[in-house]
Order: sequence, then structure tokens, then C-alpha cells
Amino acid sequence: MFDTLSDRLSGIFTKLRSKGRLTDADVDATAREIRLALLEADVALPVVKAFVARLKERARGAEVSQALNPAQQVIKIVHEELVATLGGEARRLQFAKNPPTVIMLAGLQGSGKTTLAGKLARWLKAQGHQPLLVAADLQRPNAVNQLQVLGGRAGVEVYAPQPGNGVGDPVSVARESIEHARRQMRDIVIVDTAGRLGIDAEMMRQAVNIRDAVDPDEVLFVIDAMVGQDAVATAEAFRDGVGISGVVLSKLDGDARGGAALSVRHVTGQPIIFASTGEKLEDFDVFHPDRMASRILGMGDVLTLIEQA
Amino acid sequence: SRSQNVFGKGLLALLSRDKLDDDTWDEVEETLIGADVGVAATTDIVGKLRERARIHGTATATELRAMLADELVAALDPQMDRTLAARPQDGRPAVLLVVGVNGAGKTTTCGKIARVLVADGHTVVLGAADTFRAAAAEQLATWAGRVGAEVVRGPEGADPASVAFDAVKRGIDAGVDTVLIDTAGRLQNKVGLMDELGKVKRVVEKHGPVDETLLILDATTGQNGLEQARVFTEVVDVTGVVLTKLDGTAKGGIVIAVQRKLGIPVKLVGLGEGPDDLAPFDARQFVDALVGADA
Ligand SMILES: Nc1nc2c(ncn2[C@@H]2O[C@H](COP(=O)(O)OP(=O)(O)OP(=O)(O)O)[C@@H](O)[C@H]2O)c(=O)[nH]1
Ligand SMILES: Nc1nc2c(ncn2[C@@H]2O[C@H](COP(=O)(O)OP(=O)(O)OP(=O)(O)O)[C@@H](O)[C@H]2O)c(=O)[nH]1
Ligand SMILES: [Mg+2]
Ligand SMILES: [Mg+2]
Repeated sequence: MFDTLSDRLSGIFTKLRSKGRLTDADVDATAREIRLALLEADVALPVVKAFVARLKERARGAEVSQALNPAQQVIKIVHEELVATLGGEARRLQFAKNPPTVIMLAGLQGSGKTTLAGKLARWLKAQGHQPLLVAADLQRPNAVNQLQVLGGRAGVEVYAPQPGNGVGDPVSVARESIEHARRQMRDIVIVDTAGRLGIDAEMMRQAVNIRDAVDPDEVLFVIDAMVGQDAVATAEAFRDGVGISGVVLSKLDGDARGGAALSVRHVTGQPIIFASTGEKLEDFDVFHPDRMASRILGMGDVLTLIEQA
Repeated sequence: SRSQNVFGKGLLALLSRDKLDDDTWDEVEETLIGADVGVAATTDIVGKLRERARIHGTATATELRAMLADELVAALDPQMDRTLAARPQDGRPAVLLVVGVNGAGKTTTCGKIARVLVADGHTVVLGAADTFRAAAAEQLATWAGRVGAEVVRGPEGADPASVAFDAVKRGIDAGVDTVLIDTAGRLQNKVGLMDELGKVKRVVEKHGPVDETLLILDATTGQNGLEQARVFTEVVDVTGVVLTKLDGTAKGGIVIAVQRKLGIPVKLVGLGEGPDDLAPFDARQFVDALVGADA
């Protein structure tokens, strides 16, 4: 649809081949193109601004290398900065010293929490753990059944003492699930919660109460990779509301560029731990910042070239 | 640029109108981009606005906002027909197909539309053609019970096209007014799943034309929303958009690009998880919310 960033940058740099350094005008023109590319990839505006400012700083001093043309060189810098911002290397889950380890999931409606609960359960079970899934979304129609089906597929017990669909108290279910897990010798408890909006104060209070009832080792914020500019407002609301220890990006099997990854990372400062990449339980991976950076820039192929230079 | 600051804005204002307005123009642009209107549509709309501002002579920031709102409403073409083709014709139920990516709000919207129709005295069949997602049919059945509609479902893993076919058949046989078909969420880049959706529509059309194909778009969606609309329209000829989750902080500006590029109007908006949280789309209201927050 649009020219690739590398095409646009090449246009800027046609005259530059022979010069030794990027001029301020080059840097400004470049920064404008990067800004556009990031906005088109759905990175949120304030995050784009901060990122571009840092980039300009770095590009000003840069020597033009022999091996790369200036466009490639800038892209390389952008890519490196993106990878650094997205979190360097992946982080692992934090486990409790005294089991059970408690993982609470939180996020907007439809972001992929319940599916992720099933995926985590399956993945952890395969590593020899004994997870317990907890149905603490008693609001969304048939969320409990959905989790039960997924638990069945993962071969993991689902703690669902309340029917849901508006019946039952999610905070009590969450609290009692820890006792249940101890009795059943489960070493990991995964708490699925209802979707909620950042501005829904009452629902955010409920999330806090669930959190306080289970004292989680991880609160994973699940966010849809297709989310646009709202990623900042929402991530701030969950950060300040319930608190976030890690992030999961979902629906990465789509073709959204996924700029939300950068926004969320910038806002929360917390690592993106997992990538959810499909509807099946096995469609799940640890998060790769380098792949995500290429995806946001929309230029995996160009980077391969750069790596080889 | 540093030297300009020495003179201060007051002097610059006298020297150059263009310079005076730069911050304001930036702000206008950022309002739109921050609402997911997208760079291309924003550039275009701001370009038109600049032209108008030039013709009108100077404009204050407040006047500019009002002009911007007009420009956005114009981009949304308020003349467009946004009524829902949900009433029976020639004794045959209206058939509505509800499509979209995963988790956008399809099943909920089916429930809400049924609620409005039932409250209007119509009879409704809900077809559970999402035979894939865990407990999807149960979720639709819960909605059916809630709003007083009948649900037609098949066994888990059944062919979605045949469930959809059966639902319409049931609607015709029972003489109901409207059949709403809920489909499984699918990302538009999944060719196999999009083919499956095409088949659902073709099979349903053995009973006669589908009256309305609604694409459910989540208001939090960024630029990918345009691609969603493009591909879904290619496959099942979308006739209207329902913009869900507008009760959150997201502005849903991508629908402006969707309407400009593809001519598909937003017909309804989702404003919550309850049965009554559905409203007709009102371009003026939508635009006011979009530009209003930081005015
Ligand atoms: N393609 C794809 N679909 C996904 C992914 N993760 C979840 N989904 C689908 O997205 C939809 C919503 O997922 P859920 O797990 O129900 O989301 P949720 O956050 O629990 O939703 P609520 O409980 O309603 O807030 C379902 O159709 C899932 O199958 C993913 O990584 N890729
Ligand atoms: N706040 C808010 N939540 C909504 C709205 N519409 C739907 N939801 C919620 O979004 C989540 C997903 O809604 P569903 O109707 O299950 O979405 P879907 O498109 O059918 O999802 P799949 O079938 O899994 O692809 C649920 O938690 C709904 O309650 C809305 O307008 N506002
Ligand atoms: Mg859920
Ligand atoms: Mg559904």
C-alpha cells in the first residue's frame, strides 16, 4: 500500500553517498519518515515522539559506514533502538518460592485472556507443572464454559465453583482457588478474569480485589496486537489500576503491524513475555523483540540484507 | 528553529500567519492521528481544512475545531443510508450475516440487535454458525434466552455453512421476521477461514439473498481495521459496519478511512456489554467525541 520505509529513506539519501556524515537536514528528513512509518504501524503518538527524539540524538553523531548505504544504516539504528525498547531478550515467568505460583490475567474485553489461560496451562503442564485454571470471569456469557472446554483440551483441572453469567462472586472464587490448589497439590494457579475497560472504575476495583485475594506472582496484561492509539490510555489504566508485571501480545497471527507492542512497553516499562499466535492451544510462543521490531518496521527482508552487510 | 524562539510568538504572529498556526495545525493533526484516523486520511482532511481556512481568512483555534468537525462529518457522508435491513420482505425473513475478526463483539452484537427487534415486536432466530470457538454456541444461546429469540445450533465442529443454512430454513418455516447469523471470528489474512466464510454466505443464499452483512469492528482497532474492511468486503460484500466498544477510551477513527476508501457506512455502535448497549450511528455525535476530548 505505501512505499516501504527503506524506499522512502533511499529517496532522501540519494545525494548522500559521497558525504561522510548525516547532516542535520538529513536527520530531520529521516526522522519525519520514521515518524510516519511508526504511526502507520499503530505506535501511539506520544511514544513515537519520544522514540524519534532519541533516534535523532543517536543519528546526529553517526558516521556513515562503508558497508551500508545511509538508508540501511538508519534502518539499522532504528531497528536496534526498537529491539532495545521492546525489551532486549525475553523474560521468563516468575515462579513463587512457595508454590503455588499464581498468574492472574487481565485486559480489555475480547483481548484473548481466556484463550491464553488455556495456552499457558497446556504449556506449563508440558513442562511438568500441575496447573489449575480458575474461572473468575462470572460476567461474560458462558466464559466459565469456555474455560472448561479449554481446560478439557489442555488436560488441566478447572476450578469453577460458580456458574457465571452474572451468578457468583469472582473475588471469593479467586480466594478459594488458592486453598483448592494447595489441597490438590497444584503448583501453578492461572486466574482468568472478565474483560474490563480502563475507565470502568468499578470493574477495575474488582480486579484489584481479585489481585489482593490471590496475591499473584504475575499479573499478565493481555493486549490485542491490532490495537491502535488507545494502547497508551488502556495500558496506563491497567498499570495504575491493577498493576502489571508482564505483557502478552495476542492475535499476532494477523497482519497488523503491532505498534501497540512498543506503546505498551513504553507505558508500563514491563516486559512482553509471550506472543499468542492463533486460536489453538499450541499457537503460543515466547516473545521475540527482534522479530517484533522488524514487523513494526514492515521490513524483515531489508534487515536480512543489513545483517549480511 | 532555536533563533525563532528568541523573538517569541508575538512577533512571529505579526510576521507570518503560517508560522502562527503551525502549532495549531500540529494539534489538529495529532487529534486525528491519536484517534486512529490514520496518516493518509489525516493528511487529506487537514489539507482540505487548510484550504478552507485560507479562503475564510484567519481562524481561531476554536473556529478551526468547528471547521474540522464539519470536515469530518462530511467525510462520513451524513446522507448515507444507515438503516438496517432487518424487516421481512414478501413474507420472507430478513437475513443478516455478522462477521469480523476474533473478539470484536459479533456474538454480543447479534444479541443486542435481536433485543431491539424483539422489543419492536419482531420474531428472531439466531443462527450459531460459530461451531469452532469453545462455548460460542452456548454464548449465543444465552443471549437468545436473554432477549427472547430462538437459537438454531449444530453439534460442535459442525459445518458452519450447514448450520447457517438450517437457521435460515428454520426462520422461513417458522415465519419469523429476522434471522441473524453469528459466525466465528477470523483474521482476514487467513485464506482458508475467509473461504469458509464465503461458503457460509453462498450456502445461505440458496434460500435467497442476504439482506445485510455486518462487519463488526472493535473501536480500539488501529490501521489494520481498514485491511479488515477491505478483505471482508471482498469475500462477503459487507453492507455496514458496527463499531463496538465505543464506551471505552478508543475513538474508532479508523471508520473514517473505511468509509472514505470503501464507502461502507457505520450503521450501529456498541456502547457496553449489556443487551441495551447498542445505538444507531450518529456522525455528528461520533465526530464531537473524536475532536471534543482535547478541545
Ligand atoms: N487468531 C487468533 N485468535 C485469538 C488469539 N487469542 C485469542 N483469540 C480469539 O479471540 C477471541 C477472544 O478470545 P478470548 O480468549 O475469549 O478473549 P478474552 O479476553 O477472554 O475475552 P473476554 O473474556 O470476553 O474479555 C476468541 O475467538 C479467540 O479464539 C490469537 O492469538 N490469535
Ligand atoms: N465494553 C464493551 N464490551 C463489548 C462490547 N461489545 C462486546 N463486548 C465484549 O467483548 C467481548 C467479546 O465479545 P463477543 O461478542 O464474544 O465477540 P465475538 O466477536 O463474538 O468473539 P469471537 O466469536 O470469539 O470472535 C465480550 O466480553 C463482550 O462482552 C461493547 O460495545 N462494549
Ligand atoms: Mg474471557
Ligand atoms: Mg462470537
